[in-house]
Amino acid sequence: MSSQSFCKKKRMLSSAIEDRIIHGVFLVCGLVTVIVLFGIFGLLFFTSFPAFEEIHVTEFLTGFDWNPTSYVKEVYGIVPMLVSTFMVTLGSLLIAIPIGIGTAAYLSDVASPRVREILKPVVEMLAAVPSVVIGFLGIVLVGPAIAKFFNISNGLNAVNGSILLAVMALPTIVSISEDALSSVPASYEQASLALGATRWQTVIRVKLPAALSGVIAACMLGMGRAIGETMTVLMATGCAPAMPKSFLGPVRTLTSSIAIELGEVAYNTTHYYALFALGLVLFVITFIINMISDIILHRYEKVSR
Amino acid sequence: MRKLTVVMLVAAISLTLSTSAFAKGMLQIKGSDTLINLVQRLSEEYMQQEPGKYISITGGGSGTGVAALINGKADIANASRLMKDKEIKQASENGVDVRRVVIAMDGLSVIVSGSNSVDKMTVDQIGSIFRGEIMNWKEVGGPDLAITLYGRQSNSGTFVFFRDFALKGDYSASMNRMNGNSQIVEAIKQDRSGIGYVGVGYVKSATGLTVVNVAASSGGPYASPLNSADVRSGKYPLARPLNQYLNGVPKGDVKAFIDFELSPAGQSIVEEMGFFPIPNEYVDFNKKSMGM
Amino acid sequence: MKKNKIQEILGFNILRLCTGFVLLFLIIIFWDIATKGIGSVNWEFLTAAPSKGMTEGGIFPAIVGTFLVTVITAVLAIPLGMACAIYLNEYAKDGTLIRLIRMSIRNLSGVPSIVYGLFGVVLFVQLIKIDTSILAAGLTLGLMTLPWTITASEEALKSVPKSYREGSLALGATKWQTIRTNVLPYSIPGMLTGTILGLARAAGETAPILFTGAAFFLPFLPKSLSDQFMALPYHLYIMSTQHHDIARVRPLAYGTALVLVSLVFCMNFIAIVLRYKLRKVRLE
Repeated sequence: MSSQSFCKKKRMLSSAIEDRIIHGVFLVCGLVTVIVLFGIFGLLFFTSFPAFEEIHVTEFLTGFDWNPTSYVKEVYGIVPMLVSTFMVTLGSLLIAIPIGIGTAAYLSDVASPRVREILKPVVEMLAAVPSVVIGFLGIVLVGPAIAKFFNISNGLNAVNGSILLAVMALPTIVSISEDALSSVPASYEQASLALGATRWQTVIRVKLPAALSGVIAACMLGMGRAIGETMTVLMATGCAPAMPKSFLGPVRTLTSSIAIELGEVAYNTTHYYALFALGLVLFVITFIINMISDIILHRYEKVSR
Repeated sequence: MRKLTVVMLVAAISLTLSTSAFAKGMLQIKGSDTLINLVQRLSEEYMQQEPGKYISITGGGSGTGVAALINGKADIANASRLMKDKEIKQASENGVDVRRVVIAMDGLSVIVSGSNSVDKMTVDQIGSIFRGEIMNWKEVGGPDLAITLYGRQSNSGTFVFFRDFALKGDYSASMNRMNGNSQIVEAIKQDRSGIGYVGVGYVKSATGLTVVNVAASSGGPYASPLNSADVRSGKYPLARPLNQYLNGVPKGDVKAFIDFELSPAGQSIVEEMGFFPIPNEYVDFNKKSMGM
Repeated sequence: MKKNKIQEILGFNILRLCTGFVLLFLIIIFWDIATKGIGSVNWEFLTAAPSKGMTEGGIFPAIVGTFLVTVITAVLAIPLGMACAIYLNEYAKDGTLIRLIRMSIRNLSGVPSIVYGLFGVVLFVQLIKIDTSILAAGLTLGLMTLPWTITASEEALKSVPKSYREGSLALGATKWQTIRTNVLPYSIPGMLTGTILGLARAAGETAPILFTGAAFFLPFLPKSLSDQFMALPYHLYIMSTQHHDIARVRPLAYGTALVLVSLVFCMNFIAIVLRYKLRKVRLE
């Protein structure tokens, strides 16, 4: 008996050790995400750092000209790109937010459960369309249509980019807004209806305000997606590096500038480092947006609980 | 879990397969996207003639190609621009003896709408137009109409060449930056006020536009890029050499391929692709580069 | 009262209109690509390499390249994603570390794809020196996919009832034994469903592979993981913007788009069917 219990003990001991080792392995795997996030920031930071030996930080952040391959004098100013990025993002949100929230409200409050069951994955399919395909359609379909409609020579401009980015941001906005609307406690709705409000009034005056922070977070995440999107804007916005003049003119965002110039640049030159500085700016912008939407969502989760 | 194992297995198999089947002596060519269509066509023909020879061609831009040559990751770097001093310095630090071979000439044509009466200009006039100093067609003998500029993205070799040879300054910020040659051609066809520059291969058969005759200076002879002899002799001022950079005097497979490119068969492909055969001055230059 | 009714009908129709727009976008995308792409897709297109300066021939090397890269992506992202999810859901207790990990995951999923590309260039190509290759591109995509696979795996783990774990633990099994025998078997299918969706997105991505290994043209298949590769999304990009005769190769570009979209949707469809079947099994 004693030997048996000894064996058992030993087995238990070894499995306890095993358990601890495995715990450790999983912990390391979990930490990989933290390492990658800080790794991205660190590498971008250190690779872009040498750029500022030659470029003044204020010139970089406030300069109105970006011409790193200039014949006369190389200049690195990112304002036109910031403005371009801002323009296409704003344009896309103007299109995507109303349509997205409308669709979310339809799915959560108007559609029958059967219809919702079918439509939800269909909308999610939109998110699965590769960005390069959307960009391609921007060239062959949306571009010519815009050119015809506004009677201009080509349709590769900010409007085109806005429409395409709206399509790409929609699934995010719809899906998260719908979650937010669905998780408004049923008692709110019942109370409103019992007081004689119509279903429409309930949706607009009760449910939307109650789900507001979730909806705002959805829009912010959609915005993050639009700001960081590369291929569609690279293909469909004309990409002139000059300061954008109108929505019908070409724009060049932060993302497309990196994609255009990284291939031709000589490695380990100021221009090369400057492109990583663009990446750093992009990273910081999307990081801030994500953090804000995260805080909003978090608070909203707490409240709804 | 089983699926996962299958995935892992496939990966492991492809890994082992890959190492065992790795072909040694495969020629690696990297670089400019301007040259890639031409070099790819040349290699296609070459591999058909010489079964068993393999050439891998990848793009990514002149910078990528040159970096690969410097790091010993490519045998030949395609470059539509000349190597920068900094790059040559990096190369010699890595023990790479950079040599340049010119494989074709690229004549850039300046095009305007077919309904525009302007059909000849000097390089200076073209430069002023693209720098944004001349803004109306009447200043160069055309109709009273504001000029619309069409050019390429700054990552294209054409963009750099045209700037260095015609503008000698920076492009007007209001120039429309098109993605490719064909887009410029299409835009000029539709835009009465437009002017653009494209590789000559794109305008040979195009209708609805005028290829401008260009002179190096006012009063000088006006030449057309459509005239092969004028491009080769240098009478047409907007022609540039297309380069390949090598490490040291070419030997073996590298030499065989370059010999093919420079042979009459290779040069006829060059013409077929819309470029021009190399003029005599570069024939001599190449011989020197190749240690002959 | 009547006014309210009219308002409601009007309002609901506006919402229907919004949904109609979303569906319209989807239909336009499919219709245009399907009708204009189908003419180029045939057996030769799927099995031949591009020829005559990419104005003829097919896209076989691009299909193979995308497949190989996706395999590398899966090899990195699936085990790591699952392990991370297991840690978060099974081992971790609330605390600063967990909050840090969760914050990292959420932020990683919001990092722009081109930034992953830059990261890949510096880390894999410049620092680790595996050069522009299938491996470099696959690893870059793998890191990008990681947050998605973690989130999907965690959801699958959460759907396993607590009682399954408690029963096993009560019988004296260790944590790992419990996870292995009572949690993973029920959650692996769900995990795979989520990760297939992530891989489908990775397969369609272009920006991260632009500078980490995608090739303009390769006349043959990659021979090792350290070779460059052609990829479907990158091929579509060059055929529609970089090729020397865009107008002439437009049909080939449409064909490529159709193949790419079909591939991504097949993967999505498999995942959705899997999910549907699983739900049924669980309900029974």
